[in-house]
Amino acid sequence: MKLLGLVAVIITGSLLLYASGDFPAWGDANSPANSNQQVSVRYIQDSYAKTKTPNEVTAVLADYRGFDTMFETVVIFVAGIAIIAILSFLGEPNKPRGGDIEEHPETPDLIIVQTCKLVIPIIQLFALYVVAHGHYSPGGGFQGGVMFGASLILWALACGLPAALKRLSEPRALVLSAIGIIIYAGWGFLCMLLGGNFLEYAFTDPLLPEGVEKAHSHGMLIVEIGVAFTVTAIMFVIYANLSSRGRLKGGL
Amino acid sequence: MMLDHAMLANLIEDTVVPKINFWIYIILMMTGLYAMISKNNLIKKLIGMSIFQTAIILFYVSIGVKSGSGIPILGAETQREFHEVEHHNHEHDEHPEEFPDVYAYPTINPDDYANPLPHVLMLTAIVVGVSTLGLALAISQKIYHEYGSIEEDEILAQIKTRSDNDD
Repeated sequence: MKLLGLVAVIITGSLLLYASGDFPAWGDANSPANSNQQVSVRYIQDSYAKTKTPNEVTAVLADYRGFDTMFETVVIFVAGIAIIAILSFLGEPNKPRGGDIEEHPETPDLIIVQTCKLVIPIIQLFALYVVAHGHYSPGGGFQGGVMFGASLILWALACGLPAALKRLSEPRALVLSAIGIIIYAGWGFLCMLLGGNFLEYAFTDPLLPEGVEKAHSHGMLIVEIGVAFTVTAIMFVIYANLSSRGRLKGGL
Repeated sequence: MMLDHAMLANLIEDTVVPKINFWIYIILMMTGLYAMISKNNLIKKLIGMSIFQTAIILFYVSIGVKSGSGIPILGAETQREFHEVEHHNHEHDEHPEEFPDVYAYPTINPDDYANPLPHVLMLTAIVVGVSTLGLALAISQKIYHEYGSIEEDEILAQIKTRSDNDD
């Protein structure tokens, strides 16, 4: 089996290496993906005039490809729910999950807890900055959400899972992740109510200051906040379930 | 012997060096594929899947590179030019007799900025990759709970004996 796998891998790899001769050279500005006929040139040239967002990646992510990003967020949400569905019947089936949360048997280390208390607010503040400043610098809802989730996971690692679940219990995390998708899809439906297509941010102009182009920018911000809610909650749910084998107590 | 070395060096210089990024990604990808096919342990298979995924992410990002370009975020200078044009056109709308001209927005040279599209596609792929990996780990935990092992051959043997017992 191992030898067969190796042979298959070597054949596939040598075919791919042979084909790499036809690929464009490194940094070729006229390669098929970068040439003037491609849509990416339109993104680079038009996105600032149309959306007032200097970060082109955010403009493409949340505006031009808003549908795509919305369903990526839904994929994350569904993955979190599936993890809970798979793991919730492990362990003791007759006891409610996370019902009688006992205190962590070992007392958490003083130095670790104090360091975490010092570091976690800074991580969370930086995560909020990354979400809010994603239009002007690298960042956005996904990155900021993962950072915020990481701060909760850090607290769970330092003081045990029950302590972190007291801050953000699993049902509450699921509600939070659903709120994120409701914010995203709700903003799309609001655009429809105001006469546009789904996620056509220009039509929210009457509700927001500073004109049609800026409405795109603000719509992106709202959508990114929705993404950040979902990603934060689901990252924490994934950690909480995987680290405790679905029992939501004990943990690592 | 010296000639052979020179020929080999020329061959490498002609084929490998210009496409060194693709060679690295293909080798990385094949490492992941080998782990997915040949490893017996489910977690090692998942590690192989992650390596495979990383190779594809690197491949996409390297497609968007243009030599001499910067990150796909407009600089402060370009933003100011846009604002000046916009301010002027606003004045034109208010007082057409004082400001008769309408300025066009400055054109941006696309070669100055890296291609944003692969970055966007991979940004979402990374996060979705994390959640699918979490799902796969959850399924492995379920399998371990059911069969007491994450070695593929042991699981298959148990499945076989169980189905034989049912018959």
